[in-house]
Amino acid sequence: MITVHNLTKDYGLNRAIENLNFTAEKGEVLGFLGPNGAGKTTTIRILTGYMPPTAGIAKVGGFDVIEESLDVRKLVGYIPETVPLYEDMRVYDYLKFMGELHRIENIDDRIEEVLEQIGMEDRSQSFIKNISKGMRQRVGLGQALLHEPEVLILDEPTIGLDPKQIIEVRNLIKSIGKERTVLLSTHILSEAQQICDRVIIINQGKIVAEDAPDNLQSRLSSVRKVNLRVAKEPKKAAAIVRDIAGVVAVQVNDGGLIQFENIVEQDTRSVVAKKLVESGFDLLELTPEVVSLEDIFLKLTREGPDLSEIEHNTSSPRNIDESEG
Amino acid sequence: MRNIWTIAKKEYSSFFYSPIAYVVGVVVFLVMGIFFTFDLNSAILNQYAPKITYLLDILIFPLIFLAVPILTMKTLTDENRTGTLELLLTAPIRDHELIIGKWLGTFLFFLSLIALTWFYPLVINFLVEPGIDQSKLVANYLGITLLVSALTAIGVYVSSLFKNTIAALIASLGIVLVLWLVSAPAQFLQGSAADFFRYLSITEHYYGSFRAGIIDLQGIVYYVSMTILALFLGTRSIESRRWR
Repeated sequence: MITVHNLTKDYGLNRAIENLNFTAEKGEVLGFLGPNGAGKTTTIRILTGYMPPTAGIAKVGGFDVIEESLDVRKLVGYIPETVPLYEDMRVYDYLKFMGELHRIENIDDRIEEVLEQIGMEDRSQSFIKNISKGMRQRVGLGQALLHEPEVLILDEPTIGLDPKQIIEVRNLIKSIGKERTVLLSTHILSEAQQICDRVIIINQGKIVAEDAPDNLQSRLSSVRKVNLRVAKEPKKAAAIVRDIAGVVAVQVNDGGLIQFENIVEQDTRSVVAKKLVESGFDLLELTPEVVSLEDIFLKLTREGPDLSEIEHNTSSPRNIDESEG
Repeated sequence: MRNIWTIAKKEYSSFFYSPIAYVVGVVVFLVMGIFFTFDLNSAILNQYAPKITYLLDILIFPLIFLAVPILTMKTLTDENRTGTLELLLTAPIRDHELIIGKWLGTFLFFLSLIALTWFYPLVINFLVEPGIDQSKLVANYLGITLLVSALTAIGVYVSSLFKNTIAALIASLGIVLVLWLVSAPAQFLQGSAADFFRYLSITEHYYGSFRAGIIDLQGIVYYVSMTILALFLGTRSIESRRWR
């Protein structure tokens, strides 16, 4: 549904995106992840026909975004990041105006449907300037859904929503993504993990990783770093572990957690477990450390596209996502 | 065509949500009302028939020359500033449909305002014997309509260039002033050179012919081409925004 080939955009001397290549299929929710200023909005603006690329080809539904811009715009439903709306209009009138521009048949019935979908039936006569930010976001989403677009492009759709609304919007996007193509830009990683079939991580205008969120995680997780906990005397246990072949860098932290690393391609966990139990230790925990999407993201966006680096620098999962939203 | 009408309708109704349109409307009718009353009193005292052109002169300057730039300054600057331009430029509409729709909506608003001023000639027609010269009145109003059409198109074009409404207002007033004063060199020139500068002036055609009751083809061509030129430039300005 979306095909992007060697897409490049310059703003004067500043290169916003460079040689992007990706595709999105029908029935797929594609997450576009990256820090602020990575080039997400630029890519989206090219795909929606708002501005042309400096070089490269972008096609939506087989139509070229420059040559067949009007056809592309008919196929795409879009919410810009700032959710621009006409403050002086009523919700209903606004949807009607946008619907008329999209030449929707039976427009009043369709607006009723969309209002129900976004849960705004009772606020349809409110002026947009008087509704909350969450409602504005929903009106924006309603506008994007109005003409039942084949491709839905959402730039940071859950920013400024409360947790309940976030869940509602995410569920809505998921259900839409079953039949249509959704391209979703976000910097909230758990969001990408929850609703995207595939994520593209973009940094400084370049794609640094692309895969299903779970694959990305499993690909980069390994048994290299292992957390170990015993009931008592962690220092003694650490000394035993240190003597096992294939184990390096054993550390004991203040909480009594022992961390060690395996030499590449060698899982020593069963040996470690056996030795400790034989030595009379009560083994409480023996787990490989999980690489969270956040770690991958932070690593990739900080240092560039070398994936092998990440395996050496994992840390325990943190939960920074909702607080950013 | 349908898109033009959709945008024009929205633009027209947006004036009624904005206080500035009411302020302009009140000022226009207040000023005209005051002058109308003075003129009527003076006509009764001095025993002359009140002239409609006296009142229409007030309508044109300063009212139209100020009101049109003030009300057109926001047409696209606001869309640009609030980001709604992105919605319009990613909707399936052509750039010229956007510009013409914006112009048409604003122009229709002014036409409504001007239509209301027809009240004054009606009153005068009722007061004087044997009534006022209707054909002259029609020529006057046709001239005003054409003038407003060109001024509105210029205002919409200028607003497509700016994100800041004050900058758009000043630029728009500046262009109107230049188009007004461009005939000034004519008084130092003779022959076709003088005619050329006079032809360029946006006020010359109105004052030179329509005001005197003459429906002048040259004037119609001037105002219509000025409107088309400004709308064309506006469309190019929106197009170029995509490439910036």
